[in-house]
Amino acid sequence: MTDNREILLEVKNLKTSFFTQAGEVKAVDDVSYYVKRGEVIAVVGESGCGKSVTQMSVMQLIQTPPGKIVGGEVFFEGKDILKYDRFSEEMRAIRGGGIAMIFQEPMTSLNPVYKIGNQLSEVIMCHKGLDKKAAWAEGVKALAAVGIPDPEARMENYPFQMSGGMRQRVLIAIAVACGSKLIIADEPTTALDVTTQAQVMDLLKSLVKEYGTSILMVTHNLGLVTRYAERVYVMYAGKVIESGTCEDILMHARHPYTMGLLNSVPRLDSERSQDLVAIDGQPPRLSELPPYCSFFPRCPYACEDCKQGKPELQEIGPNDHYAACWRIEEILKNAEK
Amino acid sequence: MPKNEKDLILKVTDLKMHFPIRKGLLAKTVGHVKAVDGVSFEIERGKTFGLVGESGCGKTTVGKCVLRIYNPTGGEIVYNGKDIANYSASEMSPIRRDIQMIFQDPYSSLDPRQSLKSILKEAIVCDMKPHGATEIEKRISELMISVGLDPIMMDRFPHELSGGQRQRLGIARALACNPDLIICDEPVSALDVSIQAQVINLLKNLQKQLGLSYLFIAHDLAVVRNIADNIAVMYLGHIVETMDSDEIYAHSIHPYTKALLSAVPITDYYEEQKRQRLPLEGEVPSPIHAPSGCPFHPRCPYATDKCKEKMPDLTERMPNHFVACHNV
Repeated sequence: MTDNREILLEVKNLKTSFFTQAGEVKAVDDVSYYVKRGEVIAVVGESGCGKSVTQMSVMQLIQTPPGKIVGGEVFFEGKDILKYDRFSEEMRAIRGGGIAMIFQEPMTSLNPVYKIGNQLSEVIMCHKGLDKKAAWAEGVKALAAVGIPDPEARMENYPFQMSGGMRQRVLIAIAVACGSKLIIADEPTTALDVTTQAQVMDLLKSLVKEYGTSILMVTHNLGLVTRYAERVYVMYAGKVIESGTCEDILMHARHPYTMGLLNSVPRLDSERSQDLVAIDGQPPRLSELPPYCSFFPRCPYACEDCKQGKPELQEIGPNDHYAACWRIEEILKNAEK
Repeated sequence: MPKNEKDLILKVTDLKMHFPIRKGLLAKTVGHVKAVDGVSFEIERGKTFGLVGESGCGKTTVGKCVLRIYNPTGGEIVYNGKDIANYSASEMSPIRRDIQMIFQDPYSSLDPRQSLKSILKEAIVCDMKPHGATEIEKRISELMISVGLDPIMMDRFPHELSGGQRQRLGIARALACNPDLIICDEPVSALDVSIQAQVINLLKNLQKQLGLSYLFIAHDLAVVRNIADNIAVMYLGHIVETMDSDEIYAHSIHPYTKALLSAVPITDYYEEQKRQRLPLEGEVPSPIHAPSGCPFHPRCPYATDKCKEKMPDLTERMPNHFVACHNV
């Protein structure tokens, strides 16, 4: 199937560093990816791998200092939005208008002392230029669109009067109301129960169908990726180490880290008796990365050759399957057998 | 094998924990939160019993009742043949050494001002027996090695450890008094995937070496299925289904268990595409106004009038497989 959807967001060689007393910490190191219109992609990785900082950089929400975007380009609808000043009108229009962001803990993204209706209509007034009354009506419509029962009454509620799943729906409603073309969902369901998680994710997926919204989800839950994403980027220590279609990554992972990650997830459906194959050691500290492959200390395939420098992403299969590993050729040969 | 021949370490019968809601100047009791309402289960020696459910279903309260952190409103807790549900504080204290607990967030359950050494020492000397300084030191090293921590780190403080190491320390502290039963309350849910697998494997190995029994409380079905021998699924203070953990994926019967399973995506891409979804509408009702009859009936696709009136009993539908549902 050829995919001729237009590219909505393209990030090229993005680099973000934090300048601390201990020196420069490269939280995002040469990361590139793209999202097409109406596509759901996932960025996967463990805590501290730079997956959230990447998204914050795209939105220019990095706290400066100590953080700084040191290089790269971010094209949104063809325009390089990194060129905009982070306080400029253009950037403000993109935040919330073009790209909306949903965070892990909805209680901290909503203001506890304002009614849901005020917060919702304020955003709509900003981005759509409506007056208060019209914005309120739009807000009711948006709440209904995300499946909140009795939306008029809910507009009068404060965030604490809602459950976690409801609050997350309110944030999605804000994105819907402003007609955002891309929703960046940063661990949207980590704080929620599994049945609520399924409800919220199904809602996000329905937005793709209905409005052609693109969704970029940042998560550590590989199960969610399997169910909802089309393409996946796996990050480790500030770099993308493998990327490809959902099928390629989950069934034919080739990078040792991706393989290890998949093996260490407890499964619902496979043989129960065997032990989990854990990855040894700890995720590295970003301030103490070696000059060679960051996964080297934990990698079962590591050898002296791996110390020659940082491996680059190279194409290893059709459908844009890329991996960054020095021993990828051997791994591919073994996989063929 | 008939029931009474099993070597049971813990048998809980009809456990109830109702928290009173007090209001007004005189703190009049105006209602009850029925956090746990008639829960029965048993744990065999050397085995793991998993308790799964969503937040607010009462699974942690069950764990805390077993340790008598809460005084249960009703029911029996038979530990090694003795009913400890009404023991006084002084009668409980030797038993608290045999039943230990591991918590979800190891950071808030460790004193930030105590070094690792002093945290472990406190647990070792709590048996009131005389201990020599070298003996304690030796035991601390032993404990740290058994959970995969380097004894060099003995003088460090909890903030210097990573999440996984902190959880290992929590496990070492639980092992310090040579317990028989460990209550693990969400021990891996705060950890990264790769570290989670390490801790699960550690718990499994310790069980083999030391013959421990676990009451394993978690919300993640896949984790529980991996570590537990038997699983009970809880909903609003009731156990709705118990079974061998091999059964849960393919042979669960209760509509809530099925819905819960279908909500958890699996990582096998081809299998996931084929799976049938059973979406669950609405949210878990508040335990203050728990629905009459079967607690699941307002969300259940198969609910009938009978479900609204009468709470179904747990009945054995298959060997070792108990279900509480009128419409099986």
